[in-house]
Amino acid sequence: MMDAETRQSVGDFLAAYGHAIDDDALETWPDFFTEDALYQITTRENMEAGRPLGVMLCEGRGMMADRIKALRTANIYEPHTYCHILGPTVFGEEAAGVVAARTNFHVVRTMQNGRMETFAAGKYLDRIDISGDAPLLAERRVVLESRRVDILLVFPL
Amino acid sequence: MALRTAEDLIEPFHWPDSGVSRVPFRLISDPEIYALEQERIFKGPVWNYLCLEIEISEPGDFKTTTVGEIPVVAVRDENGDIHCLVNRCAHKGALVCLQESGNAKALTCVYHAWTYGLDGRLKGVAFRNGIQGKGGMPDDFDVADHRLQPLKVTTFCGLVFATFSDETPPIEDFFGPQMSRFLKRNFGKKLKLLGTQSQVIHNNWKLYAENVRDSYHATLLHTFYTTFKVNRLDMDGGIILADDKWHHISYAKRHTLTEDEEYAQAKVHSAQYNSELQGPQLLGAWDEFDDGVTHSIQTLFPNIAIQFTLNSLAVRFFAPRGVNETELFWNFLGYEDDDEAQTRMRVMQGNLTGAAGLVALEDGCINEFVQRGTHGHPDRQAFVEMGGREAESSENSRATEAAIRGFWDGYKRIMGFQ
Repeated sequence: MMDAETRQSVGDFLAAYGHAIDDDALETWPDFFTEDALYQITTRENMEAGRPLGVMLCEGRGMMADRIKALRTANIYEPHTYCHILGPTVFGEEAAGVVAARTNFHVVRTMQNGRMETFAAGKYLDRIDISGDAPLLAERRVVLESRRVDILLVFPL
Repeated sequence: MALRTAEDLIEPFHWPDSGVSRVPFRLISDPEIYALEQERIFKGPVWNYLCLEIEISEPGDFKTTTVGEIPVVAVRDENGDIHCLVNRCAHKGALVCLQESGNAKALTCVYHAWTYGLDGRLKGVAFRNGIQGKGGMPDDFDVADHRLQPLKVTTFCGLVFATFSDETPPIEDFFGPQMSRFLKRNFGKKLKLLGTQSQVIHNNWKLYAENVRDSYHATLLHTFYTTFKVNRLDMDGGIILADDKWHHISYAKRHTLTEDEEYAQAKVHSAQYNSELQGPQLLGAWDEFDDGVTHSIQTLFPNIAIQFTLNSLAVRFFAPRGVNETELFWNFLGYEDDDEAQTRMRVMQGNLTGAAGLVALEDGCINEFVQRGTHGHPDRQAFVEMGGREAESSENSRATEAAIRGFWDGYKRIMGFQ
């Protein structure tokens, strides 16, 4: 059973993850993961049908860093920001210093002209490594409620 | 008055004298022209993509979609035959199939329980004889007089198509020999659906139809490969237009000299690309075919495109959702006989395209920029002269807008624009 202190630190960690993306500190995004972590954005539809391919997939920090470099230097898109709103985290099984957790999220996107709307809502299905000094994501599956993406998805969720 | 021909337009439309190297912006913003397209194109002599055969593989399987803006359902009956029916009850017009996909023994409208067979024939009507001798349908009511409106259906290489028109030619004639051959190359084996997503793009459907035919923009807008100094082995390429110019293939080939013996033996990693990627496993790939073509995109009029980007095979279906909105459906595919490593690579290469595609996510916004940029100037025109003013195949170069001119050439004809 996780102690209260660990729960608190994981809660702070998950909030800091969202804030880093919202605050355009995207270069720090890979640091929230273990070196060989898996990050995937998929949809409820794919997950329920058992289909392996979603919307975005990174295996390890290297691929995450490539994503950030690409969006900083190669990809073209209209400027916009995210605001992550997280629900409470529910913890699952813990084994070998890794705990399962689910957190619902709501991401509001604001375009440069002020247009603001729900961009994504869904759940984070995480496996969080709590064996070290600070928590790290060993796996994050971002499951979007909708199979539909408005315009494009360039920043991670 | 229903819009049936170009003469029915309240404001007449004439194509500029210079031909398909000029494209008036009115074509992407006028609701009247959009309405005429529904009649002339989507209800006209074309094969409309419905779904993959594997999505409705069992008797009773159905999938709803749209032909133009018309709701339809593709359904497989007890005998294994596929039907396409307008998803509209013959009684009051309600949607019959509410789920996007599923399996059913019969199709029943929830409103008044009119029940149809999987072939769309009306089987029964609730309270047909009234209740306790009162009410009910008139004596001359005959279930045979009512049914779900059928479309003609055909399948080709695992893809299901339908048409409203009796004038639509057989599917291989519609595509022509070159297009058909390339489809057989890519869809020659049983398919496996690896993942789906859709993307709402805020532009007229024809801007996306142009975009997937636009080989001029590829390296200019999409700079992922150059940013990461991906060693492109696939420099040569060309454009093939179908005889009627509606459909096209754009392809890139790897160089023939770079084939190392070592690569040839370890087939799976033969096309590993050198790059500055920190996660080079993104571009783990193998040579799928021995014709040297490593990237291709094939368009089929009116509204699908098939990509084979390295090993990432996908059917893109772009459905009109109004004059300035389009829903782009992505179906990422593999083959039934892929091994685990091949499936993993296809899944990984799913990162290259789609709503979050590293190489091509720009296409989600670029067409909207055209839609917005052209707002308020319907009489101004796009200038489309890269590679000449004609719409002809270009076997040696992709620095051309030939396929875009080809699209407009076919469009002009089917719309009856002079």
